[in-house]
Amino acid sequence: MNAPVREISYSQAIQEAMAIAMEADERVILMGEDIGVYGGAFQVTGDLIDRFGPDRVMDTPISELGGAGVAVGAAVTGLRPIFEFQFSDFAALAMEQIVNQAAKMRYMLGGAVSVPLVMRFPAGSGTGAAAQHSQSLEAWLGHVPGLKVIQPATPHDVKGMLLAAVADPDPVMIFEHKLLYKMKGPVPEGHYTVPLNKAEVRREGRDVSIVATSIMVHKALEAAEVLAGEGVSAEVIDLRSIRPIDRETVVASVKKTSRLICVYEGVKTLGVGAEISAMIAESEAFDYLDAPILRLGGSETPIPYNPELEKAAVPQVPEIVDAARGLVRGVR
Amino acid sequence: MSGRARAMQVEETSNLPFIYRQYEREQLLDALRKMHLIRRFEEGAEECYMRGLIHGTMHLSIGQEASAMGICMPLVNEDQITSTHRGHGHCIAKGADVKRMFAEFFGKTTGYCAGRGGSMHIADVSTGNLGANGIVGGGLPIAVGAALTAKRLRTGKVVVCFFGDGANNEGAFHEALNMAAIWKLPVIFVCENNGYGMSTSTERSTAVANVADRAAAYSMPGVIVDGNVLSEVAEASHEAVERARRGDGPTLIECKTYRYRGHSKSDRNRYRTKDEIDDWMTNRDPIKRYEAQLLEFGIATSDELEAIRGSVQQEIDAGIEFAKVSPMPAIDGLADNVYTFEA
Ligand SMILES: Cc1ncc(C[n+]2csc(CCOP(=O)(O)OP(=O)(O)O)c2C)c(N)n1
Ligand SMILES: [Mg+2]
Repeated sequence: MNAPVREISYSQAIQEAMAIAMEADERVILMGEDIGVYGGAFQVTGDLIDRFGPDRVMDTPISELGGAGVAVGAAVTGLRPIFEFQFSDFAALAMEQIVNQAAKMRYMLGGAVSVPLVMRFPAGSGTGAAAQHSQSLEAWLGHVPGLKVIQPATPHDVKGMLLAAVADPDPVMIFEHKLLYKMKGPVPEGHYTVPLNKAEVRREGRDVSIVATSIMVHKALEAAEVLAGEGVSAEVIDLRSIRPIDRETVVASVKKTSRLICVYEGVKTLGVGAEISAMIAESEAFDYLDAPILRLGGSETPIPYNPELEKAAVPQVPEIVDAARGLVRGVR
Repeated sequence: MSGRARAMQVEETSNLPFIYRQYEREQLLDALRKMHLIRRFEEGAEECYMRGLIHGTMHLSIGQEASAMGICMPLVNEDQITSTHRGHGHCIAKGADVKRMFAEFFGKTTGYCAGRGGSMHIADVSTGNLGANGIVGGGLPIAVGAALTAKRLRTGKVVVCFFGDGANNEGAFHEALNMAAIWKLPVIFVCENNGYGMSTSTERSTAVANVADRAAAYSMPGVIVDGNVLSEVAEASHEAVERARRGDGPTLIECKTYRYRGHSKSDRNRYRTKDEIDDWMTNRDPIKRYEAQLLEFGIATSDELEAIRGSVQQEIDAGIEFAKVSPMPAIDGLADNVYTFEA
């Protein structure tokens, strides 16, 4: 029963999931810019074109709105497209089809159709690609009922969640932090799924809950290690999905630790952390809080080019450590 | 002696290609100088990138210098351009200082964008460059908007909109051309068709044989030129600029050209052959071809050409040095310029 487990990278895990899905189901096709012989801007599709041919690994012209719309139309009528945006920033060009069409079609038609569409968005800063190639826009799509929006943080999860997404009858948006692509981790061979609506406790702790998304999960884990050395026990929750949000896991954690910090790369204001904070404020965990809720999010700026400014624009490990220490020791 | 005058001794003026009839010797040599400056700038930037002095990525236009330069020759400083991710050439051709460009690439405060933009957002508003763009097709409607300003405020400016062949499949391209045409705006759409949008050839991406064929759908002239022949490019630009200044509306110019380097710093060049690249580099290089003409028409001697190359190299070296010694931005300036006034 237990499949062999190897260490592979996050991008290899995605590629493997896509290959398994394509092998299993003729209706699964890949669409995107330069995903064929080029292998994708981040080499995620790699050599899949050699295996599945150009009819199933389709290079689109540089036409995000049209391409996304074609994927929606194909999904509604019987194909199962996995659509890659070259950078998540270019979702801005395709918002019409994602937000007004894909997300609402089933609802508007009274359940007569479904839209089994997967879209992949390479996201985040840290590569020196500046303001139009570095954004974390997941909260935009998280605001749209009808979409499922996930941010897998490990190779294991991205494979399992992608396979769950392909099997899901509704549109699933996957935000993949670009700095995760080369990160390696244990991944079982073969088919398995990871639920699209469950957070994961990555590290148990008593003093403070750190709820993080995507690459911030790894920074939070690093911070938890430092904090442990100082006698502060941090629990780290990998949210994994921002629509839906796994309320139960977060509420249970906060009831245990009585303190909450949200860490995410998207712009702080009106972001994922605002939602988590409000959710806790509205929940039975509110009465357990011993300290105000803190959010560490991206700065209220575009992402700058200069590398030092770029680092300063998103939460880093020392900030998480300081925030948690302050919260637990009561100094803010 | 002017180019015109000197060339006249060689041949009947009327038989000479356009630029030799139109421009003075000094202007012709300045154009060559700028073409060298573009190439050496990009080679210099590439070297700095390899040595880890520049981060991020960059898109080099080496091989496309005649297109940038030829289009900008008829423009004056007040005229405006919108540029692309492959925009170093446009920036230099329009008159930017390579010192401040290098400084931008190094992320320094003295850079054109104060270190916030880098290669992909290089701009020099003082010479009319409204900026490179990280979004393919992003500059097209913006150029139309700039042309609307020129028309409403009667500034007499024309606007040149550079874009790649890949951009012609974005909706923004079609919407922009249509509006420019219905409002007869002074804008010139310049497609630098280098055969590929990243790895995707125009044959695979585009339903028409020439991007210029699409001009017909928007009732504007569509002109195709050899983008590696400076004079052809400049002539097409000259006509389009005159048409725009007369108030007769937009033109679409397609410069057929080629990029020697990969798409960006992460290209395995799997989608084209080495033979194809070699052929363009050996037989159709825009700088070599222009230099050959300058010699042939007796406009410059090979010593003079050598001197130009030498002075360009000095300017590049000085530019890199300037960038190196310039200060880094202060971290507490992170939020500068998000708004004009504090929000
Ligand atoms: C809207 C958008 N889609 C995709 C990209 C990624 N991308 C950057 S340049 C490029 C190719 C553009 O091709 P072309 O317009 O022909 O210009 P060239 O690179 O050949 O100069 C692509 C796909 C982008 N920057 N913006
Ligand atoms: Mg191109």
